[in-house]
Order: sequence, then C-alpha cells, then structure tokens
Amino acid sequence: MSGDSPDSRPATDGGSASGGVPEPDSRPAPGEQPGPEERDHPEGRRNLEGIRIDPVVEAEHESRRAVISALVEDEPGVLARVSGLVSRRQFNIESLTVGPTTVDGHSRITMVVEETDPGIDQIEKQMAKLKPVISVGEVSGNAVTAELVLLKIEADDPAAVHAVTEMYDGRTLDAGPRTITVQLTGDEARIDDALDAFRQFGIIEIARTGQTALARGDVPTAPGEKPGTAGEPTTHDS
Amino acid sequence: MSDTAAHPREDDPEGSEEPATGADDGAPGADPDETPAAGTVATGAESVVAALEAAGAETAFGVQGGAIMPVYDALYSSSIDHVTMAHEQGAVHAADAYGVVSGEPGVCLATSGPGATNLVTGIADADMDSDSMLALTGQVPTEFVGNDAFQETDTIGVTRPITKHNYFASGADTVGDTVGEAFELSRAGRPGPTLVDLPKDVTQGETDETPGPATPPAGTDPDPNADTDAVESAARAIEEAERPLCLFGGGVIKAEASDAARTFARTYGIPVTTTMPGIGSFPEDDDLCLSWAGMHGTGYANMAITHTDCLIAVGTRFDDRLTGGIDTFAPEAEVVHVDIDPAEISKNVHADHPLIGDAERVLDQLTAAVREAPDAGAWRERCAEWKETYPLTYATPEDEPLKPQFVVEAFDEATDDDAIVTTGVGQHQMWASQFWTYTEPRTWVSSHGLGTMGYGVPAAVGARVAADAMGESDRDVVCFDGDGSFLMTMQELSVAVREDLDVTIAVLNNEYIGMVRQWQDAFYEGRHMASDYTWMPEFDKLAEAFGALGLRVDDYDEVAPAVEEALDYDGPAVIDFHVDPEENVLPMVPSGGANGKFATAEDQL
Repeated sequence: MSGDSPDSRPATDGGSASGGVPEPDSRPAPGEQPGPEERDHPEGRRNLEGIRIDPVVEAEHESRRAVISALVEDEPGVLARVSGLVSRRQFNIESLTVGPTTVDGHSRITMVVEETDPGIDQIEKQMAKLKPVISVGEVSGNAVTAELVLLKIEADDPAAVHAVTEMYDGRTLDAGPRTITVQLTGDEARIDDALDAFRQFGIIEIARTGQTALARGDVPTAPGEKPGTAGEPTTHDS
Repeated sequence: MSDTAAHPREDDPEGSEEPATGADDGAPGADPDETPAAGTVATGAESVVAALEAAGAETAFGVQGGAIMPVYDALYSSSIDHVTMAHEQGAVHAADAYGVVSGEPGVCLATSGPGATNLVTGIADADMDSDSMLALTGQVPTEFVGNDAFQETDTIGVTRPITKHNYFASGADTVGDTVGEAFELSRAGRPGPTLVDLPKDVTQGETDETPGPATPPAGTDPDPNADTDAVESAARAIEEAERPLCLFGGGVIKAEASDAARTFARTYGIPVTTTMPGIGSFPEDDDLCLSWAGMHGTGYANMAITHTDCLIAVGTRFDDRLTGGIDTFAPEAEVVHVDIDPAEISKNVHADHPLIGDAERVLDQLTAAVREAPDAGAWRERCAEWKETYPLTYATPEDEPLKPQFVVEAFDEATDDDAIVTTGVGQHQMWASQFWTYTEPRTWVSSHGLGTMGYGVPAAVGARVAADAMGESDRDVVCFDGDGSFLMTMQELSVAVREDLDVTIAVLNNEYIGMVRQWQDAFYEGRHMASDYTWMPEFDKLAEAFGALGLRVDDYDEVAPAVEEALDYDGPAVIDFHVDPEENVLPMVPSGGANGKFATAEDQL
C-alpha cells in the first residue's frame, strides 16, 4: 500500500496491523516542512463581508437605513422568533412594529434597520427562513412611513404648548394642572423637529411606536403580497 | 401551526366538509397497506405514534418521564423500536447519529423540564450541523403552562433559536398532523432539527383523528434546480479557470450528491478538498483529493484553497474553522457557491456565482453546462507537489510514548471502507479525521459546528442501531474518544451492553483536555489551568464493570492485537490507549489566521 498513493499515510503503511513498532518515516516531518513565511502567499484580500477587494483601495460597505416589511402568520411566538433572530445575529434595528393586516390570521411586521447592503440582504434571507414568515422584503425608498408619539410635557405655559402642538398638527389628549399630554404622528423627520420644539417646555415622558410603513401606489409592501379583504387568504408567490 | 391558515372558516357551510373529504381521499387508501395499526387512534399520544409510523420512523431514542408517559404508553404497541438511553443527551446524540448514518431523520423523546433541557446540547449540535432530527418533549398540561408547575420549562422558548422550527401542540385532534409536519420539515430543503412540545392533556386527550399524509409546510421545500443563467455563467468561470478547486461540504452528503460530486470533479480534472462535515463525500485515496481544509486540515488542502482562482464550493457555510481569517480566505478566487439555503449565499464569503439549489441537481447541471475542462494540468501538478511537501506525518521516536495517530491508522487498516467512525471533540477527533482514509459518505459521524465533547459514545450507539436497522450489521462502528469526552457520556456504554451493540470505543487517553493543553502551550505560556486531569479512572476496568470488554494498551506492539480482539468481540469493547500526553495536532492554522500560513510545528504558532 505504501507505494500506490501520493496520499499522506505515514510510517505505518502496510505494517501497523501486523503489529510492532512503526518504521521511521522518510518524508518531511511536520517540523521540517517549509515554515509559514517560507511559502508563496497571494496578494489578494477580502473585506469583512467576504468580498474580494483591492487591498490598496479597501472598499467597505456603508450602512444605511432600510425599512423591512414582513407578512407573517399570526401564530403564538412569531414576534419572539423575529426579535430573537434580530438579537442573535446582531442586526442593528431601530424599531419594530407589529399589527394585523386586512386578512385574518396574518400580521405585518415592520422593522427599521441600519445595516450595510449585505446585512440587509441577510436580514431578509434569515427572516424568510422562519416558518411563519410568508414573505419579506425591503420597502422601496419612497414608501409612506409614519410613527405615533405620545409626549407628556410640563404645563407651565399651556398656551405656548398648545401653539407648538397646532404647528405640528398634534392633538392634545390630556391637559392637567401640571402636565399636558400630546399626540404626534408623521414621518421621522417631522417628529424629530416637533420634539426639538417641545423640548423648551420640558418633556417629562415620551412613548414612541416606531416607524411603520406601506409601499406607495400599486406596489405591494411585502413581496408578492396581494391586497386581500377579510376572509380571503392573502396570496403570495414567494 | 398548520391549522391556522388552511382550515375552512366557520361561516362557510361548504368549507367545513371539503377538507375532511380531501383528507379522507388519501387516508383510507394509504393506511391499510402501509400502516395497518394506524387506522384506529384513540388518543393524542396514539396519533403522535401513528404519525411517526406513517413518516417511516423505525427507531426512537429516549428517556421516560412523567409528562411524556402517554407517548411511551402508545409506543408499547407500536412497531417503532425504542432504545432507552441513560441520559437525554445520549438520546439526542444517538438520534442525530442515527440520522447521519441512515439518511432519515432521527427521533428522540424526553419528558418536560430537565428531560427537555438535557436535549438542548444535542439539538443545538444538530442545528449547527444541519442534521435532520425530530425531538418530542413532554410538557405539563396546558392549563398549568406558565404557572411554574413541577418539571415545567418553556421548552419552546429555550429551543427556539436552536431549531429549524418548533411547535407547541395545541390539541389532540391536530397533534398527529403537527408531528408529521415537523418530521417532514426537518428533512425538507436544508435539514435541521425540529421539536414538538406535547402537553400531557393533549397526548392524553381523546381523538379519532388519524394523521393524514404529512408534507413540509408551504415554502420550506425549495426548487432543487439552480437558475440556468447562473449555472451558465458559473460554467464559463470554471472553463476559464487556471487553478480550479472543488470544496465539498456536508451538504454534498446530506443531498446524497457524492456520486454527482465525484463525476463532476473527475470529468473536468478539478482537484477536491472537503470541509470536515464533507469528509467522505469524495474518496481521500483519489489522486484528485487533497483531503479536508481548515484549522487542522492538511497543508496541501490549505495551500490549494489559498491559491485557487476558482473555488467551486458545494454545501458549505464557510465556517470560521474552515476559512481562518476571511481576508486571506481564497483571496484570488472567483467563488461558485452551491447551496440549498439562500441565506448562506454571501453570508461569510461573497459568492460571485450563487447557485441556489439541491447539491446533487446543481452538480449535475454544472457537469452538463461546462463545455470543456479547464486547462489545469499545471495546477494539478502544483497540488501534487504540495502533497509531497506537506504530508501528514508524525514522528515515532522510541523514547516517547505511543502516538495516538498510530492507533487511528491501525484501526483504519483493520477495518473495511464502510466502517463508521464516530468521535467526541478535541485532539482525538482531529487525529481520527486526519489519519483515517475516508472514502464513503456517511462513514464520518462527528460534532463539527457545535464541537460537543461527549458526542462520540452516544453517536456510536445511534450509528450502530442505524446500521443494524439498514441490514448492515457487518459494518464496524469505531468510536474514537478522548479521555475527557469519554467521561462526559460514558454512561451510554450501559445502553450498548444492554442492547448488545457491537461497537468499539478507542479512548485516546492523554489525561488532559488535550486541545486546551495544546492551546495553553501555544498561547498561554504553558499554564495548564484546568486542562490537566492528573488522574483518570481505569477505563478498561470501568468497561468490565459495565459488562463490556475492557482492554488497556500502552505500547506499539500491543496495538494491533488489541484492535483485533476488540473488533472481533461481538459486543461493546473499550480500549484505553495511554498515548503521548505531549502530542500536538498539526498542522494548525491559528484562529483567524491565514490558511496558507498553517503551522507545522508548535514553535511556528
């Protein structure tokens, strides 16, 4: 057997089963083989995302904000599956909202994430593997997004608070002797502007729902999603 | 759960009848022939067992307990063989190995609470290695769930991140279908473990619903064929390559694609390296084969993977133990990546040619699409030179103790090609993979991704039971274990003795957690903290106490006779090989290092 193969079987080829001490091996022992620096090494490199790069230029992906919408079966534990996935795989997530759709038994999960393009791709693919996830995809850039915010504000100057509330199309939900509670809705930029304006009065508490989103026009929000009415199964061709 | 989406709505008078009729169409026709006993279930537990029988499960491994008792009671009159294990971890590893050897999902059972949590390691192990397996766990009755009842654990919550999917059985009428679906899901697409948690009121509940034919849930059984345009572009890249290299992973074995892989590589003269789980997908005695790459892979595999300009990677997830530092992994290669799971594409290594599909089908597609072999004669010569330059060898000086590699080779020589090797995790595992020449798929049974010490003995039980069930009782099953690994699960030896299982356990005993000792010498200035056992039980005597054959070997000239005696012994045998405690696993790519800079001596680390 020792002669028939360029393979690596050492000293014992042909002899071990018949017993006895192994013959010395004439081939280079591990310590006698060329050392790590004595070998050829290629010049090329990959970046952290496993993409071949020019090591001089070193291109890394920038992360960006993306809204991901998933249509899911409304079954126990589905939110835990999605949030567990996000935390386990260390995806950067800004907000996650969940709610019913037009179809009984289906829910929509909307996530805002801050990731590189490969990261966003991974989120979508990993979510798609969850059994209750019917379809998932990034909502295109011009999606309609909105968030609801409740603010509890110091009521030292009720008239001024009211004016700012009007300016941002907010609603006053509760007005007491010491606090005023205001509701705001809108996209993120508008909410951020409003919060800046309210900060002068002193914000006591804040509760934000996180962004939710729908695609504009005829484009389905989750891939393959078709508008259903209650009682009809939502069709999808994921 | 399957009943949420598909069941008819109550306000639809027609609908409530139709699905039932549809199900009956299949059931009476199929049942009398295939599962004569399955026609008459009376309880949820009987429905669970009927579903297992209908799915073709022949064997289950488990441990009894309060909440799972109804299912065990239903197994009493079932055709399914049940192997009672010493510990639930043994049951889950045995089921895992049974699945690896047989190609069918292994089944394990445990009760609620500690029974279920004892399964966790093995479920995580199966998840990391994409092994199909179904775990059935007892649970406290539904009305107690959430109340911290006796032996209650949130099994669904605990196992959610380590299963492909898990199910909380919601009623006696549907539990059989749920179990059938879970079984099918575990092997659909990319395999993985599934679990069904079975509250006792569900399994005890009355039902006459015999489970129907099981299918995996919608969307989980993907198209096996890769996109033809992608196949064509990959084929062009392969044709134009000067230094092409195949990398066959565990997915090749799971997809039964070993023949297709061999045909592809040999047709186009492309050298082959494998991953550790891919061991056996391509014969290691073939001239094209460079054995496996990665941290302790061969020097020549690591040289080839470093210098290839076209890496055809099939059924691998580019684990860090394979890639080393990602920046230096196959840095000049166009990557053709074949995988059934789209999420693996470009997860760790960017795929220039993503081919999403079943390994066998896509390899056949590639074999057909490549028009001419790449001009790789010079590359093959270079690979052959690396084989000459960096052989796997070890020294056997007379003044040093028995070398563990010698033991592995002695067993390889004394057994046929179809022998099954199981291992624990550590140095012995690496030697077992390096110094045994694997030629057939499903002969290497190990814990790769999770690295579970203690996997070896229960895996040998599962492998033996599988081989026997397949009518291949003449195959040898050899477990290479470390002394540390053996101590973790050796109680399963009692199962091997009780069930009269012909397995041979070779403990490569260096009285160390040897891999940790090796790292401490290399990276922690030789400070042997908690790695030096200083003392080990006499495993040969322990084996005798269990009722197995026990042997002890200290010298080279005792190896062959002991190997022969143990293999000839009709039943479990343990050989305690006292090997050189200072021996290191080499070559070695340090964690995160460049594959091409593997160390061949400790002072190079």
